Amino acid sequence: MCVKHVPDTAATIRIGTDDCIDENITFIMNPYDENAVEEAVRLKKQTIDADVIAVTLGKGTAEATLRSAMAMGADRAILVKSKSSHDSISTARALCAAIQRDGDPDIVFTGKESVDNEGFQTMFHLAACLDVPVVSNAVKFAMTDTTIRVTCEMEAGDLEHIEMETPCVIGAGKDLNQPSYPKLPDILKARKKPLTEIELSDLGIATPASRVEMIKIESIKEERYPEIIDGTADEIADTIVHVLREKAKVLDG
Amino acid sequence: MKRVAVLIEMKDGKVKPACLGAISAAHDSDAELFALVFKGTAAASLETLQAHGIDRVIEITSQDGPIQWNADHWARAGIQALQYYNIKTLLGLASVQGKNLLSRIAALLEAPLVMDCTAVNLSEHTAVKSQFSGRAVAEFKTRGEYHLYGMRPNALSAVPSPGKAILEMFQAVLEKSKLRVLEVQQGLSDRVDLTEADIIISGGRGMENSDNFDILFECARPMSAAVGASRVAVDAGWVSHTMQVGQTGKTVSPKVYIACGISGSVQHFAGMKTAGIIMAINLDPDAAIMHKCDYAVCANLFDIIPALTRKLKEITG
Ligand SMILES: Cc1cc2nc3c(=O)[nH]c(=O)nc-3n(C[C@H](O)[C@H](O)[C@H](O)COP(=O)(O)OP(=O)(O)OC[C@H]3O[C@@H](n4cnc5c(N)ncnc54)[C@H](O)[C@@H]3O)c2cc1C
Ligand SMILES: Nc1ncnc2c1ncn2[C@@H]1O[C@H](COP(=O)(O)O)[C@@H](O)[C@H]1O
Repeated sequence: MCVKHVPDTAATIRIGTDDCIDENITFIMNPYDENAVEEAVRLKKQTIDADVIAVTLGKGTAEATLRSAMAMGADRAILVKSKSSHDSISTARALCAAIQRDGDPDIVFTGKESVDNEGFQTMFHLAACLDVPVVSNAVKFAMTDTTIRVTCEMEAGDLEHIEMETPCVIGAGKDLNQPSYPKLPDILKARKKPLTEIELSDLGIATPASRVEMIKIESIKEERYPEIIDGTADEIADTIVHVLREKAKVLDG
Repeated sequence: MKRVAVLIEMKDGKVKPACLGAISAAHDSDAELFALVFKGTAAASLETLQAHGIDRVIEITSQDGPIQWNADHWARAGIQALQYYNIKTLLGLASVQGKNLLSRIAALLEAPLVMDCTAVNLSEHTAVKSQFSGRAVAEFKTRGEYHLYGMRPNALSAVPSPGKAILEMFQAVLEKSKLRVLEVQQGLSDRVDLTEADIIISGGRGMENSDNFDILFECARPMSAAVGASRVAVDAGWVSHTMQVGQTGKTVSPKVYIACGISGSVQHFAGMKTAGIIMAINLDPDAAIMHKCDYAVCANLFDIIPALTRKLKEITG
């Protein structure tokens, strides 16, 4: 499965002068990728002879996220090292090359999105590179032989039941499972599990013809100046209705 | 002339209002505007679409007639239409369905796509979106043959631009898909979808239990609002996780967001900070949200909400 090293959601992000974020903050495994790891490990427990590999594209520090994945039960890990940032097209090309160099996977699990840049795209590009079917936001997963049944969440709680064959790519949603947090012995064991490092440049990936380039980034300043509404409950309710109707213009009546 | 297409989504037989906002993003580009629609919906949508500046409505079918819902098939058929009409710029919604289709189209074309944009400039090929769960805002440039953008629902409002649109059929040629959609199970359809609602009223720990959420649903109905929740309310099992707003829940941009008994954590704000007006009802004048909103009501929500529901029912009859 693919796991990404991302800034902790509780951390304060500071944007430096070079449009890069100040990296002196805690980084964690992307939350949905935990669901991806959990599902892969569960599948291994059911099918016995599976080899569960965690793959990431990132800086050397992303090793921490791979170790967490191994503490959660992955057998080994691959770190594709690159100092620069990548859009989802080149990320997918890199992950695809690293995965294919290692062998042909039956299933690739990813998270449904990464919380740092909310692309929702890497798994689709990855599936296109691997030429296999893909679904995202899976909340239920079952496998019989080479057939996979997944339930994906759609709008307003609608559920879509889908069937496909392996190999395939599955983007894990939050409700797919409850990730179990590793215990100390697992964490210690994970330190000894094999981790292969590959330099991105050694994968010989051609530069894609298209790309998404960030040209500017700035922190958001929270600029809201609260107006206090007070009075009795009835007076307050009247004022709220007034705001809804006159200021926001969202009431028909 | 340059051609721009907008992927149209329908709900209950009508064009989703958020799509009209996405169309308005294409207005100032003096391009020929195409609307791509599926499944026999062209006739129903023609009038609305031409009233908002669409020049050509393309109804996509296949050799076997209307294409039943299958994201893989829809994406492939959409690509064939883009290629047939020589359209290089595609806009859609960053809704659940839109994300699914746009990402698939982008992947199959290996095209650049910026998801969840709050603004786009189609001549410069740039788009603005939030980063790091809303703590930063960035501008992106797409480079390549195609340019795809998923617009955040409600980030832009609909702008009428009456004209006449031509209705055309496009027949895609589809092979068997590697995805088989067995069934689509409907959720609670009488409730307004969070990501597309104009008004959201959300409850947090202050709601105390599941039953009390009924007063929010009751208040939401007369103003056609959607009901949201903080993670605490979801984790406690009071409401379904599909209602969670925030970092690990939904990202919403309603015109009005009313937070009841929610303290305003960074993670909650990540999901609703782009709302037009934020209103907070909280007992604690020092709760974070009371300093980061537009209207602060320092009171007990159990007094305010029922009073508000009564007033709303009076005016909507
Ligand atoms: C990785 C991560 C991801 C997270 N993702 C999310 C997310 O997606 N969404 C999210 O919401 N949270 C998320 N959280 C949790 C977040 O940090 C907060 O714990 C949570 O948002 C707090 O919920 P709350 O405001 O309902 O509860 P509290 O912080 O406990 O606030 C309750 C508020 O209700 C007020 N109150 C109580 N009774 C009343 C009353 N009768 N009338 C009026 N006011 C009253 C209190 O004064 C208080 O301010 C995440 C946390 C982490 C670590
Ligand atoms: N650099 C990366 N390394 C490994 N996996 C990644 C990387 N970027 C994205 N992914 C995977 O792709 C999913 C979707 O990411 P995104 O398209 O950025 O929202 C994530 O949940 C990860 O599983």
